[in-house]
Amino acid sequence: MLGLNKKDFQLLLIVAVLALLAPFILNPFPEGSGLAQFNAGYPDLMQRFVIFGIFAIGFNILFGLTGYLSFGHAAFLGVGSYAAIWMMKLVTLNVIPAILMAIVFGGLFALIVGFVSLRRSGIYFSILTLAFAQMSYALAYSVLTPITGGETGLQIKATDSPILSNLADGEIGRANLFGMEMGSSYLMNVGNWLFTFNAGYYIAAIFMLISFYVSIRIFRSPFGMMLRAVKSNQQRMNYTGLNSRPYTLAAFVISGMYAGLAGGLMVAMDTQVGPERMFWTASGEVVLMTILGGVGTLIGPVLGAGMIKYMENIISKINDNILHQWFAFMPDGIEDFLVTIIHPFIGKGWHLTLGIVFMLVVIFLPGGLVEGGQRIAGWFGKGKKADAEATDTDAGTKPAE
Amino acid sequence: MGILEIKNVSKNFGGLKALSDVNLSVEENSVHAIIGPNGAGKSTLLNCLVGKLIPDTGSVTFMGQSLLGRKPHEINQMGVSRVFQTPEIFSDLTVFENIMIPCFAHRDGAFQMNALAAVTKQKDIQETAEAILEDVNMLDKRHMHAAAMSRGDKRRLEMAMCLVQEPKLLLLDEPTAGMARADTNNTIDLLKEIKEKRDITMAIIEHDMHVVFSLAERITVLAQGTPLVEETPENIKGHPKVREAYLGEAQV
Repeated sequence: MLGLNKKDFQLLLIVAVLALLAPFILNPFPEGSGLAQFNAGYPDLMQRFVIFGIFAIGFNILFGLTGYLSFGHAAFLGVGSYAAIWMMKLVTLNVIPAILMAIVFGGLFALIVGFVSLRRSGIYFSILTLAFAQMSYALAYSVLTPITGGETGLQIKATDSPILSNLADGEIGRANLFGMEMGSSYLMNVGNWLFTFNAGYYIAAIFMLISFYVSIRIFRSPFGMMLRAVKSNQQRMNYTGLNSRPYTLAAFVISGMYAGLAGGLMVAMDTQVGPERMFWTASGEVVLMTILGGVGTLIGPVLGAGMIKYMENIISKINDNILHQWFAFMPDGIEDFLVTIIHPFIGKGWHLTLGIVFMLVVIFLPGGLVEGGQRIAGWFGKGKKADAEATDTDAGTKPAE
Repeated sequence: MGILEIKNVSKNFGGLKALSDVNLSVEENSVHAIIGPNGAGKSTLLNCLVGKLIPDTGSVTFMGQSLLGRKPHEINQMGVSRVFQTPEIFSDLTVFENIMIPCFAHRDGAFQMNALAAVTKQKDIQETAEAILEDVNMLDKRHMHAAAMSRGDKRRLEMAMCLVQEPKLLLLDEPTAGMARADTNNTIDLLKEIKEKRDITMAIIEHDMHVVFSLAERITVLAQGTPLVEETPENIKGHPKVREAYLGEAQV
């Protein structure tokens, strides 16, 4: 189906179903219950899951297949974002042209950066991309203020009048898809549960599914095989009559376009951009996502992105008061003791938790969460071979956190 | 005029003269062996042929076209394949993928943007790859990871990868290095078989005289960067200059 083999198509189908049902799946706890804060089914976070999923899928095409570790991918995300917001400020508030422009500019910038950086490999390549990204950040922050809005970034203001959108004087435009606003949601009350179906999320989810589908096609194509050949043995590749440069450059541009798409979607969901989007920590985050999920696997990056964004948003919201509520049934001394112990890992300390999880995964599951899923599937193994082929992902792993 | 003409090639590394004034001509459809003690410049010469090194002086022409300044992949696309001293294969990939990659290179050239085509739908490539795997008796290992194979199998795989491109000139850098005698003999048989089946020229760098004398039609002896003698195998045995170069090594 769709040019995929059965296993890949099943995987795509599972991801599609999970993405469409995410408002249910991510909201398992009734409103008002003590566990409700673990619900992730609110639009803002769901949008982030799929957008960073796209970012990581694209990064994985470069890092997972060719082995070139780019440390500056956030730059393409940022460039995409700026392109999208200018499109909205000047041309139309419809998100489609903005997103297309984001993809184009992400790709063009990747072409320039890749053309220079890909002259070197290994650590030198990583440093070159990092340098480009930090340069872009610094430029966006200072010199290019007329284009980027500098420190404050860009927002859609009342003074903006896109030529194709009819706005009343002084009306602040909102991003829409042919009239449907990104922020509009349909709320569904079932018993104590509240499910939110957000237009923006579903548009982002559709883009994520298309991106995921394209990435499967790339993984299974002769082009994808050549990219794995680059990672495996570049010397043999050159002596086999293949020019590795255009292959790596094409992979770099494709992954830049994915990053641009992610940036464009971010703007579509929340119409503002700031230079911090290009900061090196943002580039590092996508590396973490990919490694956490499983480098070179199809579903891994999406899993990793979901995991990190979930922790960032959920664990960071837990505070001491909540802990005291949880442990209230215990004697006072023990309650205080437990809260003191857990305190560094929650709230602003969520990075510590993330760090520990990351270390545990890298040490015990070098193949990332996908390898974990494969091992679990292996224990329950019903006809499922636990062959750890890196590119073969296990169809049974859950694609959403 | 041979298929490969090396004229007045010199190469220095700092103060070291790796090659000085090498002249060599390889006849079409012949097997030409290059032998010599360690450090004689055999590998440097080979690297000058495939575009890894550029000689300081002299010229290298293949089928009338200069090879100098061309990149390794361009030289390969002209019909020169190389087997390395230690097998260079795609270790992370399966045997079948290892074979398919040169098939694609042969069919599509140095770069082809076919990101949305499915590998499994390329019937012609699959058939060619299966045929060559059958030739080297590796069809049963097609789904194995290349890294998991024995050294001898890796060598055979690398040779199959070169052959599937139907090269006009096959360069072999010590194809039997580190092999047991039985494996060496298998390799010799394989090379002889290839030679019978195809129009192919081979240049072999080799230490094992058993291999050299089993295969070669012409032998060039290289010592300290210069060719000493170029002769038929019969005349090389017991040649005084060769003895001198090897300082009485027992094999010669």
